[in-house]
Amino acid sequence: MKKIEAYIRHEAFEPIRAELLDKGFPSLSIIEAKGSGRQKGIVERYRGSTLTVNVRPKIKLEVVVEDKDKDVVVEAILRHARTGEVGDGKIFVLPVEEAIRIRTGEDGQSVLQLHEESEIPT
Amino acid sequence: MKRRLMIAAPVAAIASLVLPGIALGAQTPILETPEASINAMWVIVAACLVMFMQAGFLLLEVGFSRAKNAGAGVAKVLVNFSIASLCYWAVGFALAFGGLGEIAGTHGFFLNVGSSIEEAGSSIPFVETYSISPAAFMFFQFVFCAVSLEIVWGATLERIKFGAYVIYAIIFSAVLYPILSHWIFGGGWLQVNVGMQDFAGSTVVHLIGATGAFAALLLLGPRIGKYTKDGKPRAIPGHSMPLVGLGVLILWLGWFGFNPGSTLGAIGGRFAEVVVVTNLAAAAGVVAAVAIMWMKTKTIDIGMAGNGAIAGLVAITAPSGYVEYWAAPIIGAIAGVVVVYGVLAIEKLIDDPVGALSAHGLAGIWGTLSCGIFTSPRLADLNEVGDPGLWYSGSFHQLGAQALGVAVAFACVFVASYAIFFAIKKTIGLRVTAEEEDAGLDISEHGMYGYPEQFIPQPEYSTGAVYGNKPKAAPASSPATVTPMTSES
Repeated sequence: MKKIEAYIRHEAFEPIRAELLDKGFPSLSIIEAKGSGRQKGIVERYRGSTLTVNVRPKIKLEVVVEDKDKDVVVEAILRHARTGEVGDGKIFVLPVEEAIRIRTGEDGQSVLQLHEESEIPT
Repeated sequence: MKRRLMIAAPVAAIASLVLPGIALGAQTPILETPEASINAMWVIVAACLVMFMQAGFLLLEVGFSRAKNAGAGVAKVLVNFSIASLCYWAVGFALAFGGLGEIAGTHGFFLNVGSSIEEAGSSIPFVETYSISPAAFMFFQFVFCAVSLEIVWGATLERIKFGAYVIYAIIFSAVLYPILSHWIFGGGWLQVNVGMQDFAGSTVVHLIGATGAFAALLLLGPRIGKYTKDGKPRAIPGHSMPLVGLGVLILWLGWFGFNPGSTLGAIGGRFAEVVVVTNLAAAAGVVAAVAIMWMKTKTIDIGMAGNGAIAGLVAITAPSGYVEYWAAPIIGAIAGVVVVYGVLAIEKLIDDPVGALSAHGLAGIWGTLSCGIFTSPRLADLNEVGDPGLWYSGSFHQLGAQALGVAVAFACVFVASYAIFFAIKKTIGLRVTAEEEDAGLDISEHGMYGYPEQFIPQPEYSTGAVYGNKPKAAPASSPATVTPMTSES
C-alpha cells in the first residue's frame, strides 16, 4: 500500500477529486495547510505597517491506495495541479504498513477496495 | 436560615425600586409646555443614538482584535457601560451639572427629580435654560460620559487586565469626566471665563478619552510581537474588517445623535443643520484619509478609511454648532490627513491597535482648535459662548481660548489618569502575563472563547442523514463489535 501526499493549489482540488471518484477512488482527505517553497510570501499592508506572510495556503491531499494504483492517482494530480508556475506544489509517496476500516474493523487490502455500487452515496 | 436570607435580599431590592416610583407618580411629573415635551423627545432619541454607539465601539474594537480576543471586547463594553450608568447617576451628574460653580456642581447626587423643570431648575440650571426634562438631560449627558470612557479602552486592546477597566471606570465616570465636562459644558470656568467653544465634545468627550488612553498606553506597553528586535512596527491584523466597517457605520449613525442632540432641543430646527454639518465632515474625512493613504502606500487601506470617518466626526464635534456648511468639509478633510499621519507616526512608538490616539486625540485637538478659525459670528451669538473665529474676525483671540482649553483638559486628564493607572499597575497590575496574552484574553480572562469552534472539535451531522439514507448496520462478518452512532437505526 502507498500513501500519496500532495500539496496542491486550492483550485486544483475539485478536478482531482472528480477524476479520482470517476476512476473509483472516492476515499481521500484534504487538510488546509500553510507552507513555503520557492513561491515567495506576500506582503500585507495594514494601517501603515507591513507584515510579510512567508507561508502560503495550500491543500494537502492524502490518498492511500494499493501499490498498483499509485500511478493512476499521481497522474491525475499531475494533470490537474500543474499550471507551470512556481507554487504548483509537490507529491510525496510513502509506504503504508497497515490499513483498518473503523466501521467494520476489517484490515488489509480489502479496506482499499472499491466500494460496491450500493455503498456509494448518490 | 441562609436560604431565607437569599430570598429576602432580592425581594427587598425590588421593593426599594418600586416604592419611589409610586411616590413620584403622585407628583404628576408633567412637562409644563409643549416645547419642553418636544425637546425631551428629540434629546431622548438623540441619547439613544449615542447609546447605540457602544455597539459601534464594540464591533470596531472586536474587528481590530485577533479572534482569540473577540469575546473580551464584548465583556468590556457591557461592564464599562453599566458601571458608568450607576456612577454617573449617583455622583457624576451632580458634579457636572448640579450648579454653576467654577470648578464643579454641588446638587443632584443620586438624582431623583422626575421630569419637572420647575422643580429641578434651582439645582440644575441648564434644564431651565434649555427648557428640557431633567431626566432627558441627565440621560443625554450620561451617554456622552459612556462614549468618552469607551474611547480609553480601544487603545489598550488585547493585553490589559479586566480589573483595570473596573477601577478606572468608576473614577472616570464618577469624578474625572464630570469635572472636566463641568468646566467646558456645565458652566464652569473654561466655558464662562475663557469662552472656550466645544459644542458636543471634541475635547470633553474625545480628547479626554484619548488622553486617558495615552496615559494607559505609556504604562501598559505594546502587545507582544508588535515591534521587531530593531524596533520596527509590525502589523498585527485585526480578524474582521466587516465588523470594523459595521462598527464605523454605527458610530457614524450615532453621531447624528451626538452632535445634533447637543442642541438640547428641537425647537427652531437647528439640529437638522448640525446633521448636515456632521455628515459633510465625516465624508471629507474618509475621502482625505483614503487619498493620502493611497498616495503614500498605493493601497486603499480599509482600516484607515474607517479611521478617516471617525477623525472627521471627532473633529466636527466641537465646531458642529458653531460653523457654517462650507467649513465642515475643510475641517473633516484636515482631520482625515491628521489621522493618517498621526497613526503612521504614533505606530512607530506606541502600540495603539485601533488608532484611538490619532482618531480621537489628534482629531479632537484639531476639531477644538478649528472653532477658533471657523466659528461664524451668527452662531457664536446664538450659542452665547466665545467670539467668531480667525476667518471672520481676523483675531487670534478665540483660537487662543481654544488652545488654552485643549492644554488644560489634556494636562489635567493626563496627570490624573497617569496617577490612577500607575496605582493600578503597582497594586493589582495593569497587564496580563505573557502566557495569558499569547493564549488570548478570551480564555485567560473570561474562561471561554469568542469563537469556540476554532478551538473545540464539533460533531458532524449524523452519518448518512445528509443523503437521506439511514446508516447501514455493520456486516454480520464484522470481526469487531460496532455500536451505531445514531439511535434511529
